[in-house]
Amino acid sequence: MTAYKIMFYLFAAMIIVFSILTVTSRRILRAAVFLLFVLISTAGLYFWLDYQFMAGVQLALYAGGIVVLIIFSILLTSHIDQKFSQPHWSKRIMAATAALSGMALCLLLFLQHTFIVGTNPPIKNDMTNIGTQLLSTEHNGFALPFEVISILLLAAMIAAIIIAKKGK
Amino acid sequence: MERYGIPLEGFLVISTAMFFIGIYGFLVRKNLITMLMSIELILNSVNINFVAFNSYLFPENMQGNFFALIVVAIAAAEASVAIALIINIYRRFSSIEVEDIDEMKY
Repeated sequence: MTAYKIMFYLFAAMIIVFSILTVTSRRILRAAVFLLFVLISTAGLYFWLDYQFMAGVQLALYAGGIVVLIIFSILLTSHIDQKFSQPHWSKRIMAATAALSGMALCLLLFLQHTFIVGTNPPIKNDMTNIGTQLLSTEHNGFALPFEVISILLLAAMIAAIIIAKKGK
Repeated sequence: MERYGIPLEGFLVISTAMFFIGIYGFLVRKNLITMLMSIELILNSVNINFVAFNSYLFPENMQGNFFALIVVAIAAAEASVAIALIINIYRRFSSIEVEDIDEMKY
């Protein structure tokens, strides 16, 4: 049992336990904080895989941005000391059946499949390579999706302002 | 191939569990913000898959990394628009429970 294995199992357990708590917690602010823990453990998994930039983006954008946005809107729209009523048991059983059967199907499919592992030498996953490929128009370049995503973000920003501003 | 004793399937099991926990939450919850949280769980589980496949199966490329980056950006845009909609709905209906929102037009 190496330290790497222990770290992996720790992150895995945190992700699954806090995901379950996110969807079952009866206080909305607690659900948001559990979601924050899930996102931070996911960033831990990216660090484990040696994807530092991805982990940094995960921490800054998800854990820092989206969770703050969600907590902000919770404070605007909900009474935080109010507890949700427990959903009806038949609804819970139906949803759990749907989720568990889907999960069983997926597990069955990919545990039977043998993945062909890449044998090529790994590319160095540092900022230089990421920056060069993200803005390159050559083979393996990602300039077009980069520009499209910037237009999408601008459109989403304008849309959010227009929707949320007080009418007339 | 295993990395530090963990096969690719370890990551796939985690992301599958997270995905279907998100589906369960989306089906059970009635509050719009908690439903949005379930959607975030689903998007996040897909990102784990992209990065794990990139790292284990195609280590000579960075496609998975960029896909995951773009999914994160789209998730941020989606969350901001969804929260603007939720705040607007709260202003009109004074509630964000899906059962109270049954009118489409004033």
